[in-house]
Amino acid sequence: MSADLTKLTLKDALDGLDRKAFSSRELTDAFLAAIDAANPALNAYVVVTANKARAMADAADARRAKGEARPLDGAPLGIKDLFCTEGVRSTACSAVLGNFTPTYESTVTARLFGDGAVMLGKLNMDEFAMGSSNETSAFGPVVSPWRRGNDVAKLTPGGSSGGSAAAVAADLCLGATATDTGGSIRQPAAFTGTVGIKPTYGRCSRWGIVAFASSLDQAGPIAKTVEDSAILLRSMAGHDPKDSTSLPLETPDFAKACGRSVKGLRIGIPKEYRVDGMPAEIEALWRQGMAWLKDAGCEIVDISLPHTKYALPAYYIVAPAEASSNLARYDGMRFGARADGRDLTETYEKSRAQGFGREVQRRILIGTYVLSAGYYDAYYLRAQKVRQRIAQDFRDAYEKVDAILTPTAPSAAFGLGEKSGDPVQMYLNDIFTVTANLAGLPGISLPAALDSAGLPLGLQVIGRALDEETVFAVAGAVEKAAGYTAKPARWW
Amino acid sequence: MAIDENTVRRVAHLARLALPEERVAPMAAELNGILAWIEQLGEVDVEGVEPMTSAVAVALPMRDDVVTDGGAPVRVLANAPKSEDGFFVVPKVVE
Repeated sequence: MSADLTKLTLKDALDGLDRKAFSSRELTDAFLAAIDAANPALNAYVVVTANKARAMADAADARRAKGEARPLDGAPLGIKDLFCTEGVRSTACSAVLGNFTPTYESTVTARLFGDGAVMLGKLNMDEFAMGSSNETSAFGPVVSPWRRGNDVAKLTPGGSSGGSAAAVAADLCLGATATDTGGSIRQPAAFTGTVGIKPTYGRCSRWGIVAFASSLDQAGPIAKTVEDSAILLRSMAGHDPKDSTSLPLETPDFAKACGRSVKGLRIGIPKEYRVDGMPAEIEALWRQGMAWLKDAGCEIVDISLPHTKYALPAYYIVAPAEASSNLARYDGMRFGARADGRDLTETYEKSRAQGFGREVQRRILIGTYVLSAGYYDAYYLRAQKVRQRIAQDFRDAYEKVDAILTPTAPSAAFGLGEKSGDPVQMYLNDIFTVTANLAGLPGISLPAALDSAGLPLGLQVIGRALDEETVFAVAGAVEKAAGYTAKPARWW
Repeated sequence: MAIDENTVRRVAHLARLALPEERVAPMAAELNGILAWIEQLGEVDVEGVEPMTSAVAVALPMRDDVVTDGGAPVRVLANAPKSEDGFFVVPKVVE
């Protein structure tokens, strides 16, 4: 029985707990056993908190027995290592944080645990969320549970939330927290056949999440279904006075929107998202997505987002600039790893050189350069103006349409090591996702088909600011029409 | 605006990152590759465009200027590489 419990959706698991078909302790033990069996091969978890998980499960069972069950009571989740978790090592998968063990809990995880969720452990990720393949993690890359048919070559689960996506795809948790600065929730969701939503900037508090690029970072869930992602997002979101950019708004019941009719909605198809070199299968899936939505009663509208091609270059100024500033705090003095030098400056320089990996160092240098005297106007200020142009493109489009449908990524999952030699090639993975970060808009990726090699492909729905409900409704309609049920064949 | 090796050394120092000499030239090449790609932003007409400084247009909230947290030296020092008597211990700054 325990092997089957891990395959449940979050919704079905919560229903089963409600019916007393099984306890949270049984469910949690099933996941801990699955993690033990899979993690040596997949490397999805960097910390497993078995004792804490069992204690949280027992407490959830006790509440449920008394009729005091909370919205997520007893549901075992994985937590991306970017979230600070009280008493549990949190390193953003960087050596610079050493064995940093927070004495506080991030707002998002506190909300989830307050709603009764059980923490199974911390999930692997690209160092400081800087990467699209999980290869920059100080703990080594996550290996995707997916393979190209019988080919044993190791594939990436995507990044930066690769551990979150792989753990959900391989049934090593019911759902997971993730974060998205340029596509780090949606691209790994697309690569692993899972669902991931980045909400509107400001929906989720960033307090206690290790900062990468503060004007772009947003938390969101990765889950097995659109409805599961809606249930999790409702618990994660909400106003927090400790994050001044957190929006003082009521959080809607997102799950109610998932089955809502999409009849009469206008769906925009941006012509600029037809890029050179995109596989024909992805183009075909995109057309299929349009057909599904047309059948569901939507009107398909051709639109233009003319500044799309400038989104990634603008991102690679704004994000490294903010990162170079945010990462200045890692100086080896108050927390993290210190490497002693002859004097203070050398201690800083050595601590940071030993602690940060290559991609992080590259981005700190780019960011420092574009902010340095004489270059600020030419790079950073210009990028912020281009960002305004991109946001305006969306505002213009939403005069004519209610949501936008695009592919999530320009390819299916690639092999580990295939793209790590060329930073710009790696950056191009986020070409369809980064625009929503720059404009602050909600975007979801959901699996819609397998390609000819047997790998999942995702479609993305982007909505108006604060209109996650339409995003969930459209994604729900695509999910229903696609009937996607594929899971990776177990080889681990 | 190509980056030469001296610029790499200067920026690395500004960022307090020790960069071994053998990595200076490869880093210059990598940064130039990225910056060459970024140069296409020069094509965009940004005349009269206000720079975007926040993703969602809201006024920043203000709160009373009062202490809301603190008095937790043990928690503050819990992750210090070196500490003593309730203080962080850091390398000597003044000779």
